[in-house]
Amino acid sequence: MKETSKSRRTFLLSGLLSSLTAFGAMMLYPVWRFIMPPKVPESTQNSVKAAKVNELEPNSGKVFPFGSKPAILIRLGNGEYRAFTAVCTHLQCTVQYRKDFKLIWCACHNGRFDMNGNVVSGPPPLPLEPFEVAISGSDIIVSKRA
Amino acid sequence: MDKLKKLSNWFEVRIDLSGVKKFSDKKVVPVHQQHFWYAIGGITLFLFITQIVTGILLLLYYRPAADSAYESVQFIMTSVRFGWLIRSIHSWGANLMIFFLFVHMFSTFFMKAYRKPREMTWISGAILLILALAFGFSGYLLPWNKLAFFATKVGTEMAAVVPGVGKHILIFLRGGEDVTGATLTRFFGFHVALLPMTTFFVLLIHLVLIQAQGMSVPPTLEKEYKKNPKTMKFFPDFILRDAVGWLAVLGLLGVLAALFPWELGEKADRFASAPMGIKPEWYFVFLFQTLKYIPGRIFSLNGEALAIFAIGLGVLFWVSVPFFDRRAQKNLPSKAFTLIGIVLIIYIIVLTTISYFFSS
Ligand code: HEM
Ligand code: FES
Repeated sequence: MKETSKSRRTFLLSGLLSSLTAFGAMMLYPVWRFIMPPKVPESTQNSVKAAKVNELEPNSGKVFPFGSKPAILIRLGNGEYRAFTAVCTHLQCTVQYRKDFKLIWCACHNGRFDMNGNVVSGPPPLPLEPFEVAISGSDIIVSKRA
Repeated sequence: MDKLKKLSNWFEVRIDLSGVKKFSDKKVVPVHQQHFWYAIGGITLFLFITQIVTGILLLLYYRPAADSAYESVQFIMTSVRFGWLIRSIHSWGANLMIFFLFVHMFSTFFMKAYRKPREMTWISGAILLILALAFGFSGYLLPWNKLAFFATKVGTEMAAVVPGVGKHILIFLRGGEDVTGATLTRFFGFHVALLPMTTFFVLLIHLVLIQAQGMSVPPTLEKEYKKNPKTMKFFPDFILRDAVGWLAVLGLLGVLAALFPWELGEKADRFASAPMGIKPEWYFVFLFQTLKYIPGRIFSLNGEALAIFAIGLGVLFWVSVPFFDRRAQKNLPSKAFTLIGIVLIIYIIVLTTISYFFSS
């Protein structure tokens, strides 16, 4: 008699516990889904007008929006153009062109990149992704590499 | 006096307050060479209260959205009467609170106040420190200026290096892949709802434990104290002395806010380069400077991930100090832990100094 009532008790108790757990999970699931933001469609833009032809002096740079992320256009001393993502590969700060170093520089942790996007010094682990630059009429068009 | 007596009678007829009265009559604070440090926790508490008051005032005008946050703070600073004062007190107060929190923590650390039975007091205190840092981090973004924008970007990006769940934490914190207006709205919610509520409960536990256990006497003074136990009544002697400290801090706060009104800076722009001299708040600077020295890759492992992992272990160790310091638990001198505390303080001071004065 004692034995059966004990096992009945554990049975009921485990039943109660598992339904409580299921109930809890049911309540938490929508909360969890609510907390994680919905994906907003990423812009699939592949090219953008970055600047006008005579906007940039030689040895200077400009940050411009490329889709939802910043990118950087640089005019070298010899007049040539280069473009890269402006998102530092270290912790995602936005980089800038430093005339005095003739390098791309990240103010956040002193990361430096050369004119091919390769890391010169500092903590960034990877080079900056380079973009294609083309001139069309009076516009400078920057596009993703295929 | 008669009126007061009447009022207290009115209550006593309705609820039994004799327990409270007995407790407050009996409560004493030990008096010894180091008892000055007992006032620091109270100062921290006082600063927390000023944060709540000034924070509620700021809420009357602040707007938590990317296109209006900066403008609303500008409005507070320039148009609202005494807006500059309230905002500056909130900003300076936050910094002073964290400063005193560190002083309080290290003073209890060196006095080994975490010995049995006060382990839970230490742990609840450490949780309060983490909550205070979260207050600081979330509040920093709210004016939506350039410095805060990039500091938040870097700070939240570090979550992403945690293996496995890092990306989820990052998205949870930012409300998306990037730091945007969604991040601002989230941080606002953390800063004015989630953190105050949580802090209130942890603080309650911290304070109830202290009331229940009384103040500890540091082991170095214990023998002497036992021979000649000098104490001071908590009400009113200790409280009145505390009040002097609170008044002094209020004065300091007023002077700082009036002479150095908190700056607003330039409005954040998602498509502008990170500004020169970007730094997090000073209490994160020693960690920030540490990161500058960590190479991107250490033996083909992500340097950041290793650094974050090490910092995480350090925090865990610090929280569980009462359980590691076996010698202090047995009331033996534990020089090793005193040394750890000293090294930590020196490390913090040296790296912070380098970052402010000797760093590009
Ligand atoms: C919002 C933050 C905090 C507030 C308002 C606060 C407040 C207080 C107050 C009023 C006391 C009693 C007086 C004193 O010892 O100074 C106290 C004691 C204590 N606190 Fe905190 N505290 C905070 C954070 C912390 C932190 C970060 C730690 C350590 C990690 C800590 C550890 C302790 C310990 C161990 C005691 C007991 C001291 C003893 O018995 O000698 N507290 N706190
Ligand atoms: S984010 Fe660019 S160097 Fe750290």
